[in-house]
Amino acid sequence: MSAPAEPVLSIRDLRVTAPNGAVLVDGISLDLARGEVLGLIGESGAGKSTIGLAAMGYGRGGCKISGGQITLAGTELTTGGKATREAMRGARIAYVAQSAAAAFDPSMRLDRQIIEAPVQHGIMSVPEARAWMLELFHALQLPNPETFGARYPHQVSGGQLQRAMMAMAMSAKPDVLVLDEPTTALDVTTQIEVLALLRDTMRRYGTSALYITHDLAVVAQIADRLMVLRHGKEVESGPTGDLLQAPKAEYTRRLVAERVGSLRPAQSGRAAEGDTLLSLEGVTAGYSGLTVLSDVSLTLRRGQTLAIVGESGSGKSTLARLVAGLLPPSSGRVEFAGRALANSYRQRTRADLKAIQMIYQLPDVALNPRQTVGEMISRPLEFYRGLKGAALRAELRRLLSLIGLSDEFADRLPGALSGGQKQRVCIARALAAEPDLLICDEVTSALDPLIAEDILNLLRRLQDELGVTYLFITHDLSVVRRLAERTVVMRKGRIVEDRPTADLFAAPQDSYTRTLLESVPELRQDWLNDIMARRAR
Amino acid sequence: MTGMTNRKLTLTSWIGLALIAFNLVIFLAGPMLAPYGQEETLGIPFAGPSADHLLGLDQNGRDMLSRMLYGAQLSIGVSLLAVGLSFSIGVPLGVLAAIRGGVTDVVMSRGVDAIMSVPVLISALVVLQALGSSLPVLIITIGLLDSTRVFRLSRVLAQGINAMEYAEVARLRGEGIFWMIRKEILPNAMPPLVAEFGLRFCFTFLFVAGLSYLGLGVQPPFADWGGMVRDNQQGILYGLYAPLFPAAAIALLTIGVNLVVDWLLAGRTTVQGENR
Repeated sequence: MSAPAEPVLSIRDLRVTAPNGAVLVDGISLDLARGEVLGLIGESGAGKSTIGLAAMGYGRGGCKISGGQITLAGTELTTGGKATREAMRGARIAYVAQSAAAAFDPSMRLDRQIIEAPVQHGIMSVPEARAWMLELFHALQLPNPETFGARYPHQVSGGQLQRAMMAMAMSAKPDVLVLDEPTTALDVTTQIEVLALLRDTMRRYGTSALYITHDLAVVAQIADRLMVLRHGKEVESGPTGDLLQAPKAEYTRRLVAERVGSLRPAQSGRAAEGDTLLSLEGVTAGYSGLTVLSDVSLTLRRGQTLAIVGESGSGKSTLARLVAGLLPPSSGRVEFAGRALANSYRQRTRADLKAIQMIYQLPDVALNPRQTVGEMISRPLEFYRGLKGAALRAELRRLLSLIGLSDEFADRLPGALSGGQKQRVCIARALAAEPDLLICDEVTSALDPLIAEDILNLLRRLQDELGVTYLFITHDLSVVRRLAERTVVMRKGRIVEDRPTADLFAAPQDSYTRTLLESVPELRQDWLNDIMARRAR
Repeated sequence: MTGMTNRKLTLTSWIGLALIAFNLVIFLAGPMLAPYGQEETLGIPFAGPSADHLLGLDQNGRDMLSRMLYGAQLSIGVSLLAVGLSFSIGVPLGVLAAIRGGVTDVVMSRGVDAIMSVPVLISALVVLQALGSSLPVLIITIGLLDSTRVFRLSRVLAQGINAMEYAEVARLRGEGIFWMIRKEILPNAMPPLVAEFGLRFCFTFLFVAGLSYLGLGVQPPFADWGGMVRDNQQGILYGLYAPLFPAAAIALLTIGVNLVVDWLLAGRTTVQGENR
């Protein structure tokens, strides 16, 4: 075996090429000491996952490792044959994916999937593997560890499944784990729990890891060193503390600044003025017998931003669909601009439809892939406002410039746009109707942090210029703080708290709101320790 | 359609396209290329290939090559018309059922299920026996029976697309059903529908050939490939090539279309929400 000082994983001048010849990752070198966690940070397309998979000697979707060396526990992966790589995978290096639900076989009990790797590799006998699995279940604080393994994936919660996948990755006692956004799909309150358990388990067994994420605050809690990546190249790397306190590269500075800026509250000057635009009174709604919203009442004033916050399953998106007329309430009253609003969009007048527009979470599926940007933005202009010819083209140009895109984008199809550009087009399409109310359903959660910040700034600027009212649905509290004058916290279909944002953040009244607020990761390295210590008391 | 036009041509797609182009030429110009008339008796039955008659003579002493060139028009024409008919009925109704949903969908879908529960060959045999086999009856019968399959596919495609958020945006805008079908759903359902058109054409082509073989398809003296296989089948007993030529023509066209469809469908297995 190697000497203790020698890195357990060593990558030199790694180069990964896509089937079409594009270079995805270029000139990456890194060393991972035993027990060390290296955070790989970057936006989508930066090559973080590609590096993670390359560390296992694997290229996804036909990508090839076209240069460099990868040495894992003394074995060279690039020159060793397929058999060498397969012997290492699962045994010496293991992978934890973002979506545990997609990583488990739904028709197999958890324990059989978890002990598969060590038994398959001949590292442990079945009883040994089971004993080790039980120990891991205890370490990961899974409920009823003795019987947990007998369950099927759909019988456990998302946070538990993510921990079970961690147990699966650790089942053969690997030297290195590749953790690819392991907590991104979880709710904030679940995220910190899983994060703390991941960290403690890795520390206890001296496992090294590559931790891949786009969230700087999350990785700050777990990584000893960070490597910032962009366009497949290293931007900068160093110990976590140094890099966060004194980032050298411009890109890193912007990433850190975005995270710090997210903690600054919105300058709210529009709080009280304006008449009531939308009001819900005792609204209850649900899908075929299942009540999703119960007795919801709220008021939204013209020109204001009202944020609806909550975890998945809290009913916040259902609320958006109800206001949009996609889901009728079973009881209660919805008023818009002083008049009762028809339950279904089918019964609403064209004026009402025009006045309420919606922007979605995934711009990819909110834009028709067979229509050009120009066609999509022009349609509401001619449909609602009857614009034609030169007037239509002038208005289209004005809207494009409003969202910061040049004229030539009008002829592009959505496939030729980036994620941020697509979301801008969605915003322009909604604005083309000159709406009074814009429902924003998780509009930034599918975007990279810096791009999300641009979109938020755009939305805020549009509100200043046009006086649009926003109903902002989100699970991200940092977004709320930046944008909303008033915040409604929802849990299990009920409103828990409804107050001006500044007050809510300064002094949350409800215990759930407090849990939610303190679960938002901060950039401080010892934030997680503080939280866990506070919870333990 | 942009995603389909700029994909790379593979070797198999080249073969498929060449076969289709070849058949297209025969379809358009067959009778002009034929050295003899389709009803001319020129020599002894089942005479082997010679310089005058490249593919020999058939069971009545007619020139095989000429009959095959004439037969292309009927064989391919009947299939094309029948498939065209089934698509012009099946696609609009399927999309309509998906958008309307509710009672409209239930009535239409269960009706289609009822028709589909009887094997196509049996329904076709009954109708053709009852009404007598003429070209219009043949085309309409096959077109109508096949439209049930097209209905099912278009309905399921449209349901998927209709659930996409861009379709929801259009609905919330207050767009009518005509816009929904023409602008939101059909353009996005196009690639699988085009592929289905190719496959349906093959099935129909073989089906017409089969009906002709059973004597219920294209009626003599007109040549069609399926009928020619039947007419010359006793030649097989004497080790003659005669029935193999029309059979090979059917096989080549079918293979050609299938190769092109495979190429069009490659990497297109997920139709909806590709970017999700």
